[in-house]
Amino acid sequence: MTGLLDALIQGVLLGGLYALFAAGLSLIFGVMRLVNLAHGDLIVLAAFVILVVAEKLGLDPFAAALVALPVLFAAGFALQYVLLNRTLGRDLLPPLLVTFGLSIIIQNGLLQLFSADSQRLRSGAIETASIALGGGIAIGVVPLLTLLGAVLVIVILNLIFYRTPLGRAFRATSDDLDVAQLMGIDIRRVFATAMGVAFTVIAIAALYLGLRANFDPTSGPARLLYAFEAVIIGGLGSFWGTLAGGIVLGLAQTIGARIDPEWQILSGHLAFLAVLVLRPRGLFPRAQD
Amino acid sequence: MALLETRNLQAFYGDFQALYGIDSHVDTGETIAIIGANGAGKSTYLKAIAGLMPGSAGSVVFDGQPIGSHPAAAVMKLGIALVPEGRRLFPSLTIEENLLIGGDRRKLPGPWSLQRVYALFPILKERRSAATPTLSGGQQQMAAIGRALMSNPRLLLCDEISLGLAPIIIADIYAALPRIKAEGTSVVLVEQDIAQAMKVADRVYCFQEGRLSLAGRPRELTRDQIHRAYFGA
Amino acid sequence: MTDAAPPQAFRIETAGRASRIAAVCACVILLVLVALPAVAGRNLIQDLIFLFYMLALAQCWNLLAGHAGLISVGQQAFVGFGGYLLFALTLRAGIDPLLAIPIAGLASAIVAVPTALIVFRLRGAYFAIGTWVVAEVFRLSFAQVKGLGGGTGTSLPPQATSGVFGIEGVKTLFEVRTPAARDIITYWAALVLLAATLAVIYALLRSRRGLALGAIRDHEAAAAGLGVDIYRVKLAVYVASAAMTGMIGALIYLQKARISPDAAFSVLDWTAYVIFIVVIGGIGTMEGPVVGVLVFHLLQRYLADFGAWYLILLGTLGIVVMLFAPRGIWGLIAERYDVTLFPIRRRLVIEGGGDEASRTKAVRD
Repeated sequence: MTGLLDALIQGVLLGGLYALFAAGLSLIFGVMRLVNLAHGDLIVLAAFVILVVAEKLGLDPFAAALVALPVLFAAGFALQYVLLNRTLGRDLLPPLLVTFGLSIIIQNGLLQLFSADSQRLRSGAIETASIALGGGIAIGVVPLLTLLGAVLVIVILNLIFYRTPLGRAFRATSDDLDVAQLMGIDIRRVFATAMGVAFTVIAIAALYLGLRANFDPTSGPARLLYAFEAVIIGGLGSFWGTLAGGIVLGLAQTIGARIDPEWQILSGHLAFLAVLVLRPRGLFPRAQD
Repeated sequence: MALLETRNLQAFYGDFQALYGIDSHVDTGETIAIIGANGAGKSTYLKAIAGLMPGSAGSVVFDGQPIGSHPAAAVMKLGIALVPEGRRLFPSLTIEENLLIGGDRRKLPGPWSLQRVYALFPILKERRSAATPTLSGGQQQMAAIGRALMSNPRLLLCDEISLGLAPIIIADIYAALPRIKAEGTSVVLVEQDIAQAMKVADRVYCFQEGRLSLAGRPRELTRDQIHRAYFGA
Repeated sequence: MTDAAPPQAFRIETAGRASRIAAVCACVILLVLVALPAVAGRNLIQDLIFLFYMLALAQCWNLLAGHAGLISVGQQAFVGFGGYLLFALTLRAGIDPLLAIPIAGLASAIVAVPTALIVFRLRGAYFAIGTWVVAEVFRLSFAQVKGLGGGTGTSLPPQATSGVFGIEGVKTLFEVRTPAARDIITYWAALVLLAATLAVIYALLRSRRGLALGAIRDHEAAAAGLGVDIYRVKLAVYVASAAMTGMIGALIYLQKARISPDAAFSVLDWTAYVIFIVVIGGIGTMEGPVVGVLVFHLLQRYLADFGAWYLILLGTLGIVVMLFAPRGIWGLIAERYDVTLFPIRRRLVIEGGGDEASRTKAVRD
């Protein structure tokens, strides 16, 4: 019984990480209908950036991430403004293929710079710290912080989207591109800003990825798949739905791993396919796409 | 000097030419009606002025400034607002948010504010937190007009605001026009409802297959003239 | 009422002069390729096998993405599935490898149906990632099959393929030993598979279904309004492409004689390179992948040693082409010279009065 309860708790905590992966993807798709195939690789890239900042400035990962945030925001803004804005239009192919090419470039660029070695963000004592809940169950501090981080990110994203003029612009642009321009909205800047925000979410996701697990230049694609699965399971159009999707995925993987460690990832995929078959719009869809 | 002047305005949808050299003008304070059959180019004319038709040719001059190649966002900031055909409110925004976004990026000073728009269309204040699809057609039309007013436009372009509405609602909406006019806004109305348009307009343009077929003051035009200009020979 | 113009005669033709010449050349090239083993060394044969199957894969992906609007990033699912099926049939059931190839194709087609039913619930870019997930499910599943080597994979011992149909005849005909004879047989199989793939795709695009595909690609909503059953057309194309990909996968792993889940279901080898070939060459045309595979082969031969830089170059090239020359190299050539080698478009030729060439307009573009 404690085994199951423990699995559930770990699954939920893992879900927090997946929700962080997914939030950035969900944001970008929500605002500009762009699915960034390089999303996972960008998370890994951000993790490397935090790693380098931490080493060069002698900071702990949290401080390093804080320093990296504005840099990554600017990088996202620039990437969208200069490159990805050119790909958006009626045709599906260009954004898909350009981001796919980007994925290859990022993976191999990182390989070139950092070798294929596994990396980790060292956070000292809290790495192994845990909180005992009694009955033999303990929650790792880092996983707990990850889940709290995910919740905080989603709260902030909802605040931005539903309580600020920027968020109004995001939603209007997503609804109706032409009429949004009639409101004086500069589409290119709105998209670039959205990507900048997504990059900060990616940075936070990278922080917790690096704290929880090892990463290397080829870790990207798997993260993209988890992010994507969390978004689909949760349903399009809602950030809380994305959190739920991440948790469902985390639970599926964790329970699968308890049955057989080799089945962890496969269980997640199967859960995703099951949701796709039974509830194709996801568990908590909001968008009227 | 006219507030707005177009000379040899042409517009295209891909290979298809929708406007063939339109010469027109709007003086400050005027209300212009644009009439014509479906597909005559009336909406295209408004969209070309508003900056939604890239690739259009000819000149559009607003307040002495050429705006022919300006994108829509820039045109809006100069003081032209379009109430698009079919209202096209933002479904992800509440009524109040739709109004607010109309004014989020305005550059010109002016009388219009949320309070003023609510005073003009009180029903909007009642339904301020509602989702747009829950409003009736007439209420949505009021919201669309209010949204356009929030940018303090000097020129308001209205595309078929009576479309699909019952006569009594149309009358309600048209009742707001004099108050808009009183604030100094010039108005261009594209209208299917000729009678209504003629009542409020200072001047009328008639479009036919992308060309101007008639121009003049409502009182000076005969029914015959209008009929011929509308339907063609 | 204006006077009506005098009635003009017109006809619809598909083959232009360039394509007729190309057809003759293609026959000649085919004969040369068939006879090539008589004079070619093993290296050339193996290079050509690679070119043949990459071109065939590229044509399959192009059919899905360029014509049916189904952009897949999971083609490796059926490459690996076909490969593993070949190994299973040959190793475990003792079936002749040449026979195992079409069986793999059939099995792929069968598996493709439920796969499509699931994956078609997604649209656009999400569909693409969905196909990737499916490929991952295949990979992880096959990694569990201990009988085929599990996570590390397994090899095809020489005995399994030394009895392949026709090998004795080849050995005597070309006076070669078993390994070389095996290569020659594989080479012919690859050539046949490529020719069949091209023929099937060509026939599909010229048929009524092909017209439907064009309509769907241009404007799906309008096509639906005209009664085109989009779902069934896309399903048919997906299943056909999966069958061909499965057979190609079986052939690939017959040649490689070693399989592992990571290799068989590799996104890089079976999707990234393939996409690169189609994009560089020209999406949506049958000539494009031919150009693309030649360019790719040259790049591969001279630059592959640069490892990560090589891949960065490919990625950058792909992006640049996608942004600035989205119709690819063939697209540039075809626009400049208005030439078509695989006549699948219908041209409206208006006769009577004036230069016929100048009155010819492509109906679909």
